[in-house]
Amino acid sequence: MKVIAAVKRVVDYNVNVRVKADQSGVEIGNVKMSMNPFDEIAVEAAVRLKEQGVAQDVVAVSCGTAQSQETLRTALAIGADRGVLVQTDVALQPLAVAKLLRAVVQKEQPALVILGKQAIDDDACQTGQMLAALLGWPQATNASAIDIDGGVARITREVDGGLEVLELTLPAIVTADLRLNEPRYVTLPNIMKAKKKPVDIETPEALGVDPASRLETLRVEEPAARAPGIKVADVAALVDKLKNEAKVI
Amino acid sequence: MTTLVIAEHDNAQLKGATLNAVAAAAKIGGDVHVLVAGANARAVADQAAAAAGVAKVLLADAPQLADGLAENVAAQVLAVASNYSHILFPATASGKNVAPRVAAKLDVAQISDIIGVESADTFQRPIYAGNAIATVQSADAVKVITVRTTGFDAVAAQGGSAAVEEIAAVADSGKSTFVSREVAKSDRPELAGARVVVSGGRGLGSAENFKILDPLADKLGAALGASRAAVDAGYAPNDWQVGQTGKIVAPQLYVAVGISGAIQHLAGMKDSKVIVAINKDPEAPIFGVADYGLVGDLFQVVPELTGAL
Repeated sequence: MKVIAAVKRVVDYNVNVRVKADQSGVEIGNVKMSMNPFDEIAVEAAVRLKEQGVAQDVVAVSCGTAQSQETLRTALAIGADRGVLVQTDVALQPLAVAKLLRAVVQKEQPALVILGKQAIDDDACQTGQMLAALLGWPQATNASAIDIDGGVARITREVDGGLEVLELTLPAIVTADLRLNEPRYVTLPNIMKAKKKPVDIETPEALGVDPASRLETLRVEEPAARAPGIKVADVAALVDKLKNEAKVI
Repeated sequence: MTTLVIAEHDNAQLKGATLNAVAAAAKIGGDVHVLVAGANARAVADQAAAAAGVAKVLLADAPQLADGLAENVAAQVLAVASNYSHILFPATASGKNVAPRVAAKLDVAQISDIIGVESADTFQRPIYAGNAIATVQSADAVKVITVRTTGFDAVAAQGGSAAVEEIAAVADSGKSTFVSREVAKSDRPELAGARVVVSGGRGLGSAENFKILDPLADKLGAALGASRAAVDAGYAPNDWQVGQTGKIVAPQLYVAVGISGAIQHLAGMKDSKVIVAINKDPEAPIFGVADYGLVGDLFQVVPELTGAL
């Protein structure tokens, strides 16, 4: 079967972002960009399915600017067979990405699409579910284990209070949680090999999707700063502060 | 203008997160209705009807709604969606699972994790792990929203007297099946709603050492939490994780023990009223947000603190 892994280029998770002075957004020029950490887990899961002999073909798909090609190359170095870039300079929101991915899915006809559970920039946590809805496919979000047997995917999900197990009839959508796997490091030989793997470029126009935003961002601000704290010398001083100053115990 | 709040429940008990979502609905204005989709969930509907500010409760009761499968619950919401200007879910694991499915079917953008309501179409939400707050305006006819529960004080669970109206349940989608659930048993308060949270990090060193936090949590009546590092190392279960990708908490008192304070962890707790950090590294970033910091060996400080309470 064919598996699609969707990947997004985001500000690296270690970067402490700054809000722009004009409140139009956050500063992302000259900031290190990487593959969204949850998408790395999604690609790793897809590649492992291939290594198990469950999947034959792993396609990495990204939607965004031309620089998203770098992110696709990382996915190819992890082990995806080829890439598809839906290239646009329009700032994409989850609904637009879900529609673009639907168009790609309809062309590629995969049995499984794996996405990250959320992107660490917009923290929306929507795209996988929206794609499932648009396709009319079943979904399992926050997956921590994937087990494919014939036409059925048995997925363990992380939910509030514990774990739950669902069975989905393929084709289906799965979003990856942190504990699904430990993504492998990409090695230099694999980075070199990834350069030779094919990447198809699509556009929203060719896919017949209007990528325009539906939500307008009026402003982006710094969160309210906390008043500076103090260091206390010992446990007695801490208990005294909590009882008499903060009055929380 | 009428708002529909989707109730979070386990078929027996209405979860507190629902009351926070009702509070957000009240800020938007207009009537507030609550949808309870479940199996044998009459008791939940009655509890929702008693919540302050709820005008009507819709109850869809059928076996296929028992386990909160996204396909079935989303279809149930869509069956009544045309009557509403706003559809609100608590931003819990189940709310986040279902809401985008509803939004996509309605062809509207979803607004995730709101922490503030500016007007009926303008909302505040955190982005970049809470390092920036975006104010967004929706031009869509129906606003589908998830509500960060720590952003709104819960409405009173008692005092309301809404009517409960039974509605027809949608058919089973047949595309997904619930197999099993493994719920971690705990006598402690629920992490997301606890007044006090005691959290441990990698500094604890092992699952065995993590138990050093038990007596402290008992003394404080606290829920236990953990950093991602502690969860990944197997010191604590997954559902204790506090942070951008785990639970978001805002208790009265948050005690961070052996937690360095990575951006991703701070995203989950920096709205706590009082933060206490216990760490042996005086340079740990957690001290940057802590109201009271104590530099020291947690294996000495924690028992001493427990004893002093």
